[in-house]
Amino acid sequence: MKERVDMTILSVKEIALDTMEMTLHHPYIAAAAKPGQFLYVLAEGHTLRRPISIASIDSEQETVTILFKIIGDGTRCLARLKPGMTLDTVGPSGNGFALQETSLQTALLIGGGIGVPPLYGLAHALHEQGVNVKTILGFQSKAHVFYKERFERIGQTYVVTDDGSLGHHGLVTDIVDEAGEFDYYFSCGPVPMLKAVTHQLQDQPGSISLEERMGCGTGACLACMIRDDSASGYKKICSDGPVFGANGVIL
Amino acid sequence: MTNLAVDLPGLRLKNPVMPASGCFGFGREYSDFYDLNKLGAVIMKAATGEARLGNATPRVAETASGMLNAIGLQNPGVEQIIASEVSFLEGYHVPVVANVAGSTIQEYVTVAEAFNKTPSVSALELNISCPNVKEGGIQFGSDPDMAAKVTEHVKAVSHLPVYVKLSPNTSDIVAMAKAVEQAGADGLSMINTLTGMQIHLASQKPTLANKTGGLSGQAIKPVAIRMIYAVKPHISIPIIGMGGIAEAEDVLEFMLAGASAVAVGTANFTNPYTCPEMINRLPGVLQQYGYESVQDAIGRGHNE
Repeated sequence: MKERVDMTILSVKEIALDTMEMTLHHPYIAAAAKPGQFLYVLAEGHTLRRPISIASIDSEQETVTILFKIIGDGTRCLARLKPGMTLDTVGPSGNGFALQETSLQTALLIGGGIGVPPLYGLAHALHEQGVNVKTILGFQSKAHVFYKERFERIGQTYVVTDDGSLGHHGLVTDIVDEAGEFDYYFSCGPVPMLKAVTHQLQDQPGSISLEERMGCGTGACLACMIRDDSASGYKKICSDGPVFGANGVIL
Repeated sequence: MTNLAVDLPGLRLKNPVMPASGCFGFGREYSDFYDLNKLGAVIMKAATGEARLGNATPRVAETASGMLNAIGLQNPGVEQIIASEVSFLEGYHVPVVANVAGSTIQEYVTVAEAFNKTPSVSALELNISCPNVKEGGIQFGSDPDMAAKVTEHVKAVSHLPVYVKLSPNTSDIVAMAKAVEQAGADGLSMINTLTGMQIHLASQKPTLANKTGGLSGQAIKPVAIRMIYAVKPHISIPIIGMGGIAEAEDVLEFMLAGASAVAVGTANFTNPYTCPEMINRLPGVLQQYGYESVQDAIGRGHNE
C-alpha cells in the first residue's frame, strides 16, 4: 500500500550528464518497495508530482535510490536538494516486475537512457535468485552512460551509444542476437525503443515498463493511459503498470 | 463548536468540501488514502451515454501554479458507472453527485434519466463546459441559449436537483448564470477550466496531444473568485465554487465571494490528503475570521 511520507535525503550526486542519483531514507518505503515501482515525488512549489522509478532498495539501511534526468524545471528543482532535507513522496507506487518466475535460467534486460535505472534493481534481485542476467544498455553518448560497472558485476553487459562514443555504435536491437539465448526479457526505455524491441522479440515472453506524464499518479484521473485489447480498451500506467506484459499493450 | 454543515438542493452536506469531477475518479483510489466519509460529498467523473476512450497522450502538462489537462471525457459509460462505481460509493455515508456530459442534448437526457433511476445519486452536475471534446461540452457552455436549452431538457426528465457547471470561457458569465437559472437550474458549479496551451520547447510542438487543454489549479483561483462574485448578486440559486482551491483559507475566500460549498480538483494531485486536511483546518480558519458557521460566511464579501 502506498503512503505519503517525507523521505530524508542522504545523498544527491550527478553520476552522468544531467543524470542525478539520490538516496533516500524511509523505513516503510524501503520495506515495501519492489523493483519496477516508482516514487511519486513533489518538487516544492510545483503542482504535479514527478514519477521516478526506483533504481535500488537497501532494506538493511532502509534506503531507496532513485535516478532522474534533469529535463525541466521540476527535475532541476529536485537536483538542487541537499542531504538532510526531506522529499515529499507518495510511494511505493505502481506495480513492479513480476519476480516469481523462479524457473528462469537466463534473463535479458534491455534498457535505454533513463529507462535503465529500474532494470538495475531488477538485475540485482534476479541475480540474488540465481538467474543468469545479461544486459544491453543504450545511451545517447559516453557522457550519458551510468551504472555500466554495476551491471558488469552482475552479468554479461553490452553498451551501445547513439554516437558510438562508447561501446557499439547503434541501437540496442543490434545486439540482441549477439547476446544469445534467454528465457524471458525485461525492457524499459523510450517508446520508439520499446516498439523496436517488442517487435524484434515478438515470439519471446517479456515485460516492459512504461513512462508517461501523470496527473494523480494513483489511477483516478486517467491522464496516463495506454491502449490494449481488453474489454475496457486501456490500462492505466500509474496503477495497472508501469510494468506490463510485452505484448499486453498497444505501443 | 464551529458548524460546517450546509444544506443545498438535494445535498445535506456535513461540511462544504467535495472533490471536483474528474479529479477523483469514482473515489476508489483515494479510499486507499483516507475514509471517504470525511468528505462533504463526492462529485463523480463525467458520465456519457456510451463508453469513451478519450484523447491521445500526453493528456496533462504542468504550468506555473497549475496544470493543463485534455483527458477527453474518458469514462466507461453511464450504465457501467451505475453498476460498478455508484455501487462502490454506496458503501459510504456521503452524498453522490453525478456529473453528466454528452455530445447532443439527447445524450445529456439519456445519462440524466439513468442517474435519476439510481437511488444513491443525490444530485446531477451538468457538464456543459468541457473544453476537451470536439462535440458538445463547451458548445453548450459558451452560448446562453444553448445552455438554457440543455438545462431545460434535463430538468424535464429529472426529479434530482440539477447543478449546471459553467465555463469561464465566455464573455458574459452573468448572462450564462441567469440563463440557466431561468431554465430551471437548482444550482451552479463555478468554474470549469480555462482553455489553454503549452508548447514544449524540446519538440517545438504543443505538449498535449490534443494541443489545447483546460487550465486548472491555483493559477485560476482569482478568475473563479471574480466570476462567482460577479454572478452572486444576480441569482438566487446556490453556487458550488471551484477553481484552484488548495487550502482551508481558499474555502473561506470562495464563501465570501458567494459560494455555498466548494469542490477541490487539482490540489488532490499535489497532495492526496488535501480534502481531509482542509476539512480539519476549516473550523480554525472560520474562527480566526470571526465566523461560527460556514453558513454565516456565504456572500459576506459583498457587504459594504
